Amino acid sequence: MAMTITEKILAKHAGRDRVEPGENIWIDVDVLMTHDVCGPGTIGVFKKNFGANARVWDVEKVVIIPDHYIFTENFHANRNVDILREFVKEQNLPYYYDPGTDRYKGVCHVALSEEGHTRPGEVLFGTDSHTCTAGAFGEFATGIGNTDAGFVMGTGKLWVKVPPTMRFVFEGELPPYLMAKDLILHTIGEIGVDGATYRAMEFAGDGVYSLNIEERMTLTNMVIEAGGKNGVIEPDEITETFVKSRTNKPFTVVRNDPGVNYYSTHEFRTAELEPTAAKPHSPDKRALVRELKDVKLTRAYVGSCTGGKITDFKAAASILKGRTCAVPTFIVPATTEVAKRLKEERLGGQSLEDIFLAAGAQVGPASCAACLGGPEDTFGRLNGPEVCISTTNRNFPGRMGSKEAQVFLASPLTVAASAVAGRISDPRDYLS
Amino acid sequence: MENIIKGKAFVLGDDIDTDQIIPAQYLVYKLDDEEERKKYGELAMSGVPDAQSGLPDGHIPFVQKGKWTTDYAIIIGGKNFGCGSSREHAPFALNIAGVKAVVAESYARIFFRNSVNGGYLVPFETPSRLIEKIATGDEIEIDVQSSTLKNLTRDESFELCSLGDVEKILRAGDVFAYAKEAGMIEMR
Repeated sequence: MAMTITEKILAKHAGRDRVEPGENIWIDVDVLMTHDVCGPGTIGVFKKNFGANARVWDVEKVVIIPDHYIFTENFHANRNVDILREFVKEQNLPYYYDPGTDRYKGVCHVALSEEGHTRPGEVLFGTDSHTCTAGAFGEFATGIGNTDAGFVMGTGKLWVKVPPTMRFVFEGELPPYLMAKDLILHTIGEIGVDGATYRAMEFAGDGVYSLNIEERMTLTNMVIEAGGKNGVIEPDEITETFVKSRTNKPFTVVRNDPGVNYYSTHEFRTAELEPTAAKPHSPDKRALVRELKDVKLTRAYVGSCTGGKITDFKAAASILKGRTCAVPTFIVPATTEVAKRLKEERLGGQSLEDIFLAAGAQVGPASCAACLGGPEDTFGRLNGPEVCISTTNRNFPGRMGSKEAQVFLASPLTVAASAVAGRISDPRDYLS
Repeated sequence: MENIIKGKAFVLGDDIDTDQIIPAQYLVYKLDDEEERKKYGELAMSGVPDAQSGLPDGHIPFVQKGKWTTDYAIIIGGKNFGCGSSREHAPFALNIAGVKAVVAESYARIFFRNSVNGGYLVPFETPSRLIEKIATGDEIEIDVQSSTLKNLTRDESFELCSLGDVEKILRAGDVFAYAKEAGMIEMR
């Protein structure tokens, strides 16, 4: 019987010819990623179960990327990074990106791809729910907890239940006012925050293949917001070119078998979609941006693994250029590479960073920052009853700090238009 | 895992995400420090908006001020319990606070997996919506073998879904104990 990409990758990593959805199987892991929030706990589980002198199963396969609480005075948060640093030294791990050094990167999901750790056909586990981002490279990638990660650290294996695949097809190139964020918010609104629980979400269609790799990552990043186990996009030339520009490691592209059976298929025409937002307090509280024009804002935020890539900032800058933000606006590049490009990339002779600063926005250092609240001194954190529009991926109560705050999720274009207006605004009113 | 799980119910709504169970700013305390680990118990469920904390009336603190254990050993939830981040801090904060079981209509995948693999609590699924039938403070008794929940306060019984495959892991203690028993891994 024909298999999906997800099934084929899992079968190969279980050493089997075939697997079927619903089966529990043990698979070999290609990459284990952890960060400062869940790394210390993972190391604790690993040492408790494999011994104080245990070694990780393969130093080439463990990647540690501190990114959550970096620029803070919080003693306990800084201690988390110290624990990682000590472990990396003890284990001689080559892939560690230490804060305060030239190697520091920032948000793990974007850093993984920049550093060549995301490769088609592989299995990647990470102690972060947005590990599913890497499915944009045609691999199986999903988030796990500390216990599972500690288990992988010692054995290089983990049991998984093979998920059935839901297929989401977007027909037609995106009109200039739409971004991948609009597509995924539309999709989550369609199926709900638990609409893909235990399932793979595959994205296809010429709409998806017209997107660059960063925009594809925005799609797969948010499958967890529908409960999805993994997101996946079959690799094309854009994928292979990107991956080869970042790593020399060999990889094997895995494609869907012809005639494969999907759990369900959902088709959308991009020409029929409009700029889309999620209202507080859930990513599936879908609304059209134009329906929210009475919502007055106190803050705008552009950043995170899903909304802090260079494509996101180019989009925001296209609207903010020559305009002024009516509300405090926070710009947080996902990684130091993105931060560097904010200074280099130009729009009409002006760097993106200069455009943001001239508009009155504040630009912070690369990290997860206020996407998940964090310690109270975190850049951009919502410390009170703010009303914020954000390019981030989650808006459950208290996600960006105070549980009194309200967070609306939208594309960088919509967030920039709204920052200028001081209320939620449709980017079509600002694009020439 | 005990065969009979008894305790008071704490009732919550749908889509209780891990930021509500343990807010992100607190994911910094050490588990191997006797005093520090109590912070997770003290702060468990502190992200739930007050009006939804302890249904039907709300405004009930899950953990009393100044304490690190809860009076409620059983949580009754709606759909998609534990959605959001992959933080294992969510089930272990509940465990430290003294929660023995969660009964919900459905779970987010990672929370369910973390609860089982870490052996922190028993995540039961219920085929019927119990959050409107049980009130916070009701005395509950769950019989694991027969998968039944008794509301002693109201003298009502409900069938729960059987634990299935995960019962073996929960009985062993956690995924390490299970893998060791099954001869899949060698550990110290």
